Amino acid sequence: MAITGASDARTVPPAPPVATMPVSLEINGRRHDLRLDPRTTLLDTLRDHLHLTGTKKGCDHGQCGACTVIVNGQRINSCLSLALQHDSDKVTTIEGLGQPDHLHPMQAAFVKHDGFQCGYCTPGQICSAVAVLAEIKAGIPSHVSPDLAALMHPTNAELRERMSGNICRCGAYSNIVEAIADVAGAVA
Amino acid sequence: MRAFTYERATSAAGAAAAVAHHAGAKFLGGGTNLLDLMKLEIETPTHLVDIQDLKLDQIEATHDGGLRIGAFVSNTTLSANPRVRRDYAVLTRAIQAGASGQLRNKATTAGNLLQRTRCPYFYDTNQPCNKRTPGSGCAAIGGYSRQLAVIGTSDTCIATYPGDMAVALRALDATVETVDATGATRVIPIADFHRLPGATPEIDTVLNHGELITAVTLPKPVGGAHIYRKVRDRASYAFALVSVAAVVQPDGSGRVAFGGVAPKPWRSAAADAAIPHGAAAVVEQAFAGARPTHDNSFKLTLAKRTLAAAMAQVRTA
Repeated sequence: MAITGASDARTVPPAPPVATMPVSLEINGRRHDLRLDPRTTLLDTLRDHLHLTGTKKGCDHGQCGACTVIVNGQRINSCLSLALQHDSDKVTTIEGLGQPDHLHPMQAAFVKHDGFQCGYCTPGQICSAVAVLAEIKAGIPSHVSPDLAALMHPTNAELRERMSGNICRCGAYSNIVEAIADVAGAVA
Repeated sequence: MRAFTYERATSAAGAAAAVAHHAGAKFLGGGTNLLDLMKLEIETPTHLVDIQDLKLDQIEATHDGGLRIGAFVSNTTLSANPRVRRDYAVLTRAIQAGASGQLRNKATTAGNLLQRTRCPYFYDTNQPCNKRTPGSGCAAIGGYSRQLAVIGTSDTCIATYPGDMAVALRALDATVETVDATGATRVIPIADFHRLPGATPEIDTVLNHGELITAVTLPKPVGGAHIYRKVRDRASYAFALVSVAAVVQPDGSGRVAFGGVAPKPWRSAAADAAIPHGAAAVVEQAFAGARPTHDNSFKLTLAKRTLAAAMAQVRTA
């Protein structure tokens, strides 16, 4: 059997052009009007079209949480969402939470508690953590909540369960949970 | 990802018509499973009909004391609903036992029902899989089958229905409401909603092409102790090896559905009737005729132990 890769590459017709569609997103308080290939995920929109590269692409399949952003107050995996699904939505990324000269309390707590090593998962961890404390405050139960009728508390077990969608390959989990607990204590 | 066109539907029947009249079209709910599969080109829709503007995001009381859950209600919203927590706690527990916080915020009630198997051979496009590519064969049979089904399988497919929410819905006797392109509606008992593979494992449910789920309805509360017990390879964010949704009454009677063991949530009247006689009797009934593989026969023992643990939880509740 001859190796035919080169001739195959010449005979495969180019993909037809894809019609773009308009979408308007409010990202970190600023409106962006874009035209996108419908396939464009929210993650790729942030990184490749708006150059907001704080949000990270890890697995691109919703398994690692590195792409976590906050949309209309709720954390989601931006890799598993089309930008077109978010027309008129309000998106907060790590850049919108805080900047080096005015850190969000969760960012400051991650620095204080050394809640990272390589830092790649950190923007997703921080966006997720901010949303986790809001979810606990709103009384949303979790798998480890002992009583569905009671108020929810930011216990170690709750924080670990609720953060399970954010993987840290460096294994900084203990310090991440300490950072979140610190902020939870400060706002309680 | 293959190219597709996108539209936002403005009515339920309009959405159904948009999909029905387009052979390659699919509904788009949250997208957490569909987009994952589209990136892998396991799903290759040519047109997506987004249902987010159809106002299917409400949870309402029904006239007979039950609850009607809109198709677009998120998993988080459903699990946190005060009436669900009080009257259908097994559903809250099941939803919270699945996925991650990020996914539950985005995933919808209808989408959760329609999520596809996580059989590793379905996901690996280099492998034969009758569910992904009809007629190509099943690499799971004789392959790595530890996570796969022990009952309800066929010679063409041993994939497991992966979800948790539907296992609780099965124990609660929920119904699924749909509408088609003509505006006709139908009500499907959850027991009949998911199909067994037989000779056509590529068809997961009884829905027709272009039939849109509009709501899931729970009958009036049945009381009792509500337990969802899930066993998995890690403490959080993993699919079930075995799960048990149990509702047990003070007189010892009850109902039980199993997840992680079959192509659909697994429940039988004979198994329910055996609940007063203990976990071993229930599992003997529920898994009569089971055809486990060498790799997953442990699930029969695990099902018995998981149910025993759930029933112990009921006694101490």
